[in-house]
Amino acid sequence: MSRPDLWLILIGGLLVTYATRLSFIVFIPYERMPTWVRRALRLVPSAVLAALITPELLRPGGAFDLSFGNERLVAGGLAWLVAWRTRSAWLTIACGMLALWFLSRL
Amino acid sequence: MEPSDGPSREFLAGVRAQLPILIGVVPFGVIFGALARSAGIPPLEAQGFSVLVFAGSAQFIAAGLVAEAAPPLVVVLTILVVNLRHMLYSATMAPHFQSLPLRWKVPLAWLLTDEAFAVGSLRYRRTDVRLAHWFFLGTGLALWGSWQLSTAAGIALGGLIPASWMLDFALPLTFMALLVPTLDSRPANAAALTAAVLSVALAGLPYRLGLLLAALLGVTAGAWFDRRSAGGLRSEV
Repeated sequence: MSRPDLWLILIGGLLVTYATRLSFIVFIPYERMPTWVRRALRLVPSAVLAALITPELLRPGGAFDLSFGNERLVAGGLAWLVAWRTRSAWLTIACGMLALWFLSRL
Repeated sequence: MEPSDGPSREFLAGVRAQLPILIGVVPFGVIFGALARSAGIPPLEAQGFSVLVFAGSAQFIAAGLVAEAAPPLVVVLTILVVNLRHMLYSATMAPHFQSLPLRWKVPLAWLLTDEAFAVGSLRYRRTDVRLAHWFFLGTGLALWGSWQLSTAAGIALGGLIPASWMLDFALPLTFMALLVPTLDSRPANAAALTAAVLSVALAGLPYRLGLLLAALLGVTAGAWFDRRSAGGLRSEV
């Protein structure tokens, strides 16, 4: 990709990202948002995070793999349990990485 | 009068509170730097992503799209949709920042990431939040600084990191830790489950369009459940 194109992406990415962050803090009073937008916005993190995580577990390397031979799925499943039970970020990350290293060396 | 060390104590408490999250963020920053280089992005622009866009998952996806030579407009649109969740963070923090002057709001909004929001918004649930913006500043700057340094390390080290370390797995794990606490209602569960299933089913689409569709349809599914459970307005953000 050409450098001007890259800078287009950088500046565009900066503008759209910063706009989402500034949106309610600086630009729009939250009360003025239609109710349905507010309610939909509440669901965005759950949906986006789930859509980012799931292919990493079920399509490691780009091919669908729902089996115990899929180390990332097993390690991710374990990390999910840890996240659910402990609500601890570092325990989730540590258990997930350790499980993946362990499984890949079996 | 506040004790003169109040702001710095809050600032340092914010930095400390971010440390556990950095365990997941730093490896991912290194991976991003290395991945951006292998996607053909020069060092300056690779670091530019972290300095200017400062949004881990969006940067990762953007670098992948650059490697596929996707049109710049598609890349920017993808960054927008992936980062739409920041609007919710912005809406949640807005009442807390309301009384602050603009010279505080502008930098604090700049630092508003998943991780800073997760840690910073918890501070506002405790008592005495008069200086909590210093806490948020500390937590956000700790993250920003680590992100820049780890990106730079990744750019410099590039291919030296063994692929067998599988450091890229730290990001989905970090997101998992952030996702689980959001699953506190039936609409949120429906949104996440729908998005999860569709993200895999549509993964074959070009330009990561499957991710965008999965996220948007997930929100739609959640909103449908939300509408069915009448009287849910009381739990407004």
